[in-house]
Amino acid sequence: MVRHAGIASGVIAVIVVVALLAPWVAPYDPIAQPDIIGLKNLAPSFSHPFGTDSFSRDVLSRCIYGARISLSVAALATAIAITLGTLYGAIAGYVGGAVDAVLMRIVDAALSIPRVLLLIAILALWNGLPLWLLIVVLGATGWFGLSRMVRAQVLSMRELDFVAAARALGASGPRILFRHILPNVLPTIIVAATLGVGHVIILEAGLSYLGLGVQPPSASWGSIIQDGADQIGAAWWISLFPGLLIVTTAIACNALGDALRAAFDPRENAVTMAELDS
Amino acid sequence: MTSARTNPALLQVTRLRKDFPVRQGLQHSLFGRNAAAIRAVNDVSFDIARGETLGVVGESGCGKTTMGRAILRLIEPTSGSVVFDGIDVATLHGAALRSMRRKMQVVFQDPFSSLNPRMTVGAAVREGMLIHHLAEGRAADHRVKTLFEEVGLNPDYASRYPHEFSGGQRQRIGVARALSVEPEMIVCDEPVSALDVSVQAQVINLMQDLQRDRGLTYLFIAHDLSVVRHIADRVAVMYLGRIVETASADDLYSNPTMPYTQALLSAVPRPEPGRQTARIVLQGEPPSPANPPPGCVFYSRCQHPLKDDDCTRVVPPLEEKTPAHFAACIKQPSQLP
Repeated sequence: MVRHAGIASGVIAVIVVVALLAPWVAPYDPIAQPDIIGLKNLAPSFSHPFGTDSFSRDVLSRCIYGARISLSVAALATAIAITLGTLYGAIAGYVGGAVDAVLMRIVDAALSIPRVLLLIAILALWNGLPLWLLIVVLGATGWFGLSRMVRAQVLSMRELDFVAAARALGASGPRILFRHILPNVLPTIIVAATLGVGHVIILEAGLSYLGLGVQPPSASWGSIIQDGADQIGAAWWISLFPGLLIVTTAIACNALGDALRAAFDPRENAVTMAELDS
Repeated sequence: MTSARTNPALLQVTRLRKDFPVRQGLQHSLFGRNAAAIRAVNDVSFDIARGETLGVVGESGCGKTTMGRAILRLIEPTSGSVVFDGIDVATLHGAALRSMRRKMQVVFQDPFSSLNPRMTVGAAVREGMLIHHLAEGRAADHRVKTLFEEVGLNPDYASRYPHEFSGGQRQRIGVARALSVEPEMIVCDEPVSALDVSVQAQVINLMQDLQRDRGLTYLFIAHDLSVVRHIADRVAVMYLGRIVETASADDLYSNPTMPYTQALLSAVPRPEPGRQTARIVLQGEPPSPANPPPGCVFYSRCQHPLKDDDCTRVVPPLEEKTPAHFAACIKQPSQLP
């Protein structure tokens, strides 16, 4: 498990560093179309490792720049989702009673709508969607599950003696929530964030593939797949390489999330201890 | 310490009651109607003088912890008054309640759940000072160190986390946290029952030293009768949410009046061989607090030779049977067999 976590975080680190250094790492300009007739749909070669697309653009450079968009959309949308989900769940769990009942029924209702369907419905209303709005929409639809988990943990933690001791000391509600309860919910939040990033990368790719996500000429991994989709038989490299990147990143995020969950969960540790003994 | 009785009462609890609603089914949860209630604390009255230790004993589920928490307003009492130093705590709200909390502190039973695992123990002890603006910055650090020394811990440990300490050390930290706001009274909710016997003695002695040095008042909840006998000036015995007998510790242990107390004390092992008194073995379980019997709560298990139908009709009041010795039994006290 530890070894998986090491590989996963290594993969994520490499992709993040390459994305950050895109202007220096990318061999070509990602949107330059040097020779739309002579250099289009070139198969992978030494000078174009991922080949070129139908506008003669270098697919590797587009993937490197696309990583910036795919990763930042995923990270920012997840940050929004984590913030909303944590606050919402914490308030429901801490206040309890009728407030909790109402807030959680809203979440139940929201969870009953498939997220992709909800996103398509929202995004289809805009033409030429700005990137920040895509991020906000992805974030605003991604916190329902987390809010439930946070609420459940806050609910059980609220009854612990150290919380009672803080109340007996005269601590205010927000102080108890932010100083005593939420730090103990942090493992759940970190795991949810890691898993969430992987999920949003796939989601954004799917939406971009449908033309509802990142708008041209900027490219995300999903929209590069879309560029190559209509000639997948003739120029398979255009779609294959960004697809591999999506799969790799998502698996790495999930593996890291699972490893973190195991590391934070004492029962899970107990199992590995027993395995070591046998 | 009988002189403590002549002091004015620091805490006066009158007819305190705590019901926990029992929700049954969807209909009740939707419309908030509660079909039944568990009477965890039922009509409890007592007072504690300044500097005194009142021990509260009773078996598991008799409501002693609930009573302690209701007095501290960690849970809301259903009715009754809790007058601390002339102020009714049961009706305070908001800032007035928070500033009142400074005077009444608590030490919990479980040394593992009573400290925040993600907060250094120094920060835990410091928190109360910050909340009540007693000290800040260096002055607070200094006070934390002084408190650590006072409870017998190395002051350098303040920067460590709870999991680095043993159960006994954690209880000392819990005591230091309670002392950080300079309370007048501490509710000790089974503070030593989770500890090894040798460590129990250390913590008990620490608490007695602190009481002497700081003039503290204790409400000491426990199920260990010998611990209570050692630390308490007066003892109250609880059964099914009610106080059934209260007297000075010496009087209660040498001369138990209420049949339940007699049965309870007969279970205490005596150190001298051959002096073991006949054990009164109670039959059955205590009745459900959701459906307490009419009359005397102890009737179903009572071994009193004179028990009769009157006991099921009258709720026995807590009467002064001999001076300063109150018992809730309508019959003449029977001698211990």
